[in-house]
Amino acid sequence: MSAVSNAGHPGTAVGLAANQWGQGDNPDPLIRHKHGLVGTSVSRIDGPLKVQGKATFAAEFVKEGLTYAALAFSTIAKGRIETLDTSAAEAAPGVVLVMTYKNAPRMKPMPLFMTAEKAAGGDNLPIMQDDRVHWNGQPIALVLAETQEQADFASSLVHATFKAEPSVTNFKEAKRRGTKTGEFGGGPLKLEIGDAEAALTQVPVSIDAQYSTPRHSHNAIEPHAATVAWDGDALLVHDASQAVVHTAWSLSSVFGIDESQVHVTSPYVGGGFGSKTLWQHQVLGAAASKLAGRPVRITLSREGVYRMVGGRSQTEQRVALGADKDGRLKAIIHTGVVAMSHQNALPEPFILATRGAYAADAFKLHVEVAQMDMLANTFMRAPGEAVGTFGLECALDELADKLGIDPVEIRILNEPDKHPTEGKPFSSRNIVEAWRTGAQRFGWAKRNAKPGSVRQGEWLIGMGCATGTYPYYRMPGGAARITLRKDGHARVEIAAHEMGMGTATAHSQVTADRLGLPLDQVTFGYGDSKMPGAVLAGGSQQSASIGAAIVAAQHALFAQLLILAGNASPLAGLRPEEVGGFNGGLVALADLARSESYASIMGRAGRDEIVVQEDAPPPMELQNWSMHSYGAMFCEARVNAVTGETRISRFLGSFDCGRILNAKTAASQFRGGIIMGLGLALMEETQFDERNGRIMNPSLAEYHVPAHMDVPEIDVIWNDIPDPHTPMGAHGIGEIGITGTAAAVANAVFNATGKRVRDLPLTLDKLM
Amino acid sequence: MPITVNGNEAELPHDPRVSLLDLLREDLHLFGAKKGCNQGACGACTVLVDGQRVLSCLTLAVQCEGRHVMTVEGLAGDNGLHPLQKAFIEHDGFQCGFCTPGQICSALGMAAEFDRGVPSVITEDFDDDGVALTPEEIRERMSGNLCRCGAHNGIVAAIAEVHAIQGDRTDSREAAA
Repeated sequence: MSAVSNAGHPGTAVGLAANQWGQGDNPDPLIRHKHGLVGTSVSRIDGPLKVQGKATFAAEFVKEGLTYAALAFSTIAKGRIETLDTSAAEAAPGVVLVMTYKNAPRMKPMPLFMTAEKAAGGDNLPIMQDDRVHWNGQPIALVLAETQEQADFASSLVHATFKAEPSVTNFKEAKRRGTKTGEFGGGPLKLEIGDAEAALTQVPVSIDAQYSTPRHSHNAIEPHAATVAWDGDALLVHDASQAVVHTAWSLSSVFGIDESQVHVTSPYVGGGFGSKTLWQHQVLGAAASKLAGRPVRITLSREGVYRMVGGRSQTEQRVALGADKDGRLKAIIHTGVVAMSHQNALPEPFILATRGAYAADAFKLHVEVAQMDMLANTFMRAPGEAVGTFGLECALDELADKLGIDPVEIRILNEPDKHPTEGKPFSSRNIVEAWRTGAQRFGWAKRNAKPGSVRQGEWLIGMGCATGTYPYYRMPGGAARITLRKDGHARVEIAAHEMGMGTATAHSQVTADRLGLPLDQVTFGYGDSKMPGAVLAGGSQQSASIGAAIVAAQHALFAQLLILAGNASPLAGLRPEEVGGFNGGLVALADLARSESYASIMGRAGRDEIVVQEDAPPPMELQNWSMHSYGAMFCEARVNAVTGETRISRFLGSFDCGRILNAKTAASQFRGGIIMGLGLALMEETQFDERNGRIMNPSLAEYHVPAHMDVPEIDVIWNDIPDPHTPMGAHGIGEIGITGTAAAVANAVFNATGKRVRDLPLTLDKLM
Repeated sequence: MPITVNGNEAELPHDPRVSLLDLLREDLHLFGAKKGCNQGACGACTVLVDGQRVLSCLTLAVQCEGRHVMTVEGLAGDNGLHPLQKAFIEHDGFQCGFCTPGQICSALGMAAEFDRGVPSVITEDFDDDGVALTPEEIRERMSGNLCRCGAHNGIVAAIAEVHAIQGDRTDSREAAA
C-alpha cells in the first residue's frame, strides 16, 4: 500500500454534509472529494492482529474461575421429555452442575427478531422452562464443568426419554395442511398488478416453470460462542454478534433486569452472514452462570450450531414470464411456498427482487408459508434475493433462449424507468452501464448461443449471466460519538460490528477525510453495547447507518469547535456549513487562507478534548426513492460430459453500488458474496430428515462449502457512480454478491450442456 | 519430556483426552489456532509440529511429547511480521480473520511439502524438477483449509507471492545437496 494521506493537499477540504438524506438536491460533499482516502485500497487496519492470531474472539476471553458448558439435545421433533436422568453426568469428574428445565432460573422467552426495535431472538420459545420439545435438536440439558473435556464427556451421560407427539416434518404434508400468506417488513408478501395470469395466456411467448432451492446453513467458521459473567445483577457477555445492542436489550428482557445492566461486547466476529444474533446458547450460558455463580464459556460444537442456530429455509417457486415477440415483458408471475417454523417470523421472501427488477404490464407475486415443526429458520445472506433471483433469472434466460434474444439484451430491453411496482423514482440505477461494461470485459460476444456447442475434450463449456440486486436500507437507530483530542486525534464510537466487512477500516477513512486528518489519527470503536446507537450489521445497511451517524456527530463537533474558536480565530463569524475539515483543523470553504488547527482552537480554549454525540436523522431517503444495489453477473462453466462434474472457470461481477469506500475490502465483500453464491449453486444443502425433522449433515465434512479448488479467480469491477441521496454516495455491498450468482451458474451450465436444472444445488447427478 | 511451543517449554496435560488445540487455547492461552469444527473438516486449527502441518484438534496433546509446535503466534520475529503474514494483509487474504491462522500455518507446511517434492493429485509429472507452485497447485494443496468469507483469491495470491519466489523444488534440492 502506498502511503496515503489527504493532509496537505490544498483544495481538498470537505464541507459538512446536510444532516438529512434523500431530500432536495443536496448530495454529500464527500462524493466530490476525489483526492482523499475514500475509495482507495487501504489494507484493513485489524490485519496485523488477525494474521498473528491476536484478535480476541468471543471464546477467547480469559476469566478467573471459568467453567465450560456442553449441551445435550432432543432427538424428537415434538412432544415431552418423559424422563431425564442427569445423575451420571452430575457424578462425572469436574462437573459443576447440570442444568435442565427442573432447575434453570425462571426466564422469559427471547423477544423475537424484528418484533420490537431491539429484539434479537432467533425464536420466541421458553428456554429450558418446561418439559416441552419443539424441534429435533432442542437443548434439553447443559453441563457445566471445570474443563471442556469434562463437560463434553458428562453431557454424553445425560439420559433422556421422550414422549413424542404428532409432528409435521414433511414439507408436502405441511403444504397439505394449508398455507398462509407470508409477512415481511410489516406487510404481506403478496402483490398483484393487472391480471398476470390472463396476460400470460395472451402473449406470443411465455415460460412457466418450477424452481426449488434447499435449506442452507451459514457455516461461519467461528462456531457461536459466548463468555459470560455476572457481577451481582449485572451481566457481561463477550459474544460473537452482529447486533450487540439488540442482544443486550433482549437479554435484559429475558432476565428481567434493566437494559443498562447488560453489557455485550463483540470486538471480532468470525463470520456471521445473518446467523450471529441472539440464540438460546447465550441465554443458557448466562442462566448457568447465574446458577453456578461462576463465569461460563459456552462454545457450540459444529453439530451444536446445526441443532440450535437456524439457517435459510427451503423454497418452491413458480416463475412465469410472458413477453411480446420483441422480448418485452408483459406479465411476471413469481409465486410459491416456503417452509417456516412456528417460533420465528421469517418466510424466506423470494419475491423481493422481482418487485423491482424489470418493467412489465402485470405482476402476480406471492409467498405462501407452510409451517413445520423444526428449528427456527432465519436470515441468511440476502434473505429472499439469494434464492429468488435463482428462479427469476433462470426463467428470463429460458425466455431469452426461446425468443432467440441475447440474455444480456433481454435484461437491458426490460429495464424500467421507475420502480415497476411501487412507482417511485430510482435514486441511482445504472445497471445498463454495468451490463455493457461487464459484457465487454468478460468477452460475452464470444458466447455461442446454441447450447452444447462448445467442447474441449470431455468438457462442455458455456457462458451464462444474471442480474443481482439487493435493496439499500438504512434502519433507524444510528448514533455516533466523536472524541476529538487536542493532539488532533479523533475517536469515533458506534455500537456497530466488524465481521470482516472492513467496517472499521472504511469508516476510519471516511472520518479522516471528513475531519481533514491522516488515517493514523483516527480510531474507530465498535462492537460494544455501551457505545451509542443500535446498529444492526444486517440488511447491508451498516455502512449507511454509520455514515449518517458520523455526519450528525460531525455537525455538533464543528459547531462546538467554532464556538470555542471565538472571535480571536481566523474562522470567526463562520457557520458550521461554511467550514470543512482540512489539514488537521478547520478551514473556510470559500477562503482556504482562513484556517485554524484543532490543536490551536482547543489549546486557546483550554480544552484537552471535545466529546459530541448525536443521533442520525430518520431514513427519509427511503420514503422518496427506490434504492438498490445492482450487479451484472457473468459465469463461464465447464461441465464434464462423462462425469457431470461442473467446474466454474471464470466469473465476473460488474457492480453498480454507488460510491465504493475502500477498493480492497469492497472487492473482498463482492467476491465473498459471489463465492457463497457458487456454493449455493453447486453444492450447498442442509439435509433435513423429513421423517423426524433432524438435520442429517451437521458438519463441515458433510455440508459442502466452496473450498480453494472450487474457487477460480473472481473478477469484480464497479462503476463507482455515487448515489446523490445517500451518505458518502454509497450503497450496501455485503449481500449483492450472492444474488444472481446461482442463476448465472445455472444459465452457463445450460449454455454448456443444453440441460436446464431448476433444482438447486446443481450436483452432477442432475447433469448425467 | 515436555512439549515445546513457539520455543517455550510447556507441561503436558494430565488428562489424556486433551487435544493439542485445547492445550494451546485453554491451558497456554494461545488462541491463534481456532476451533472451527473440532473434527478435522475445516483446517482452522492447523499448526506446525516439527515443521509439518497438522490438525491440532485431531492431535492429542500427549502425542506431541518432546516435539516442537509452532503456532501463528510464533511466526513474527524481531523484524516484524513474517513475509506471508504481510502478504496476507496486502492481498486481503482474509475478512473475519478466523480461518487465517490456520491458512497461514497450513501454507507454510504446504510450501515445505512442495519443497520436499511431495506431489499433489494434480501434479502432472512429479519427476519433473521444474514443476512450479502454480495457483492451481496452491488451490489443490490448500483445499483442506475452509474460508467462509470468500477470501480464497487473496489467500492464493499471498501464498503465490511469497512461495512462488521462495519455494522452488529445484533450488531447495540443490541447496540440500
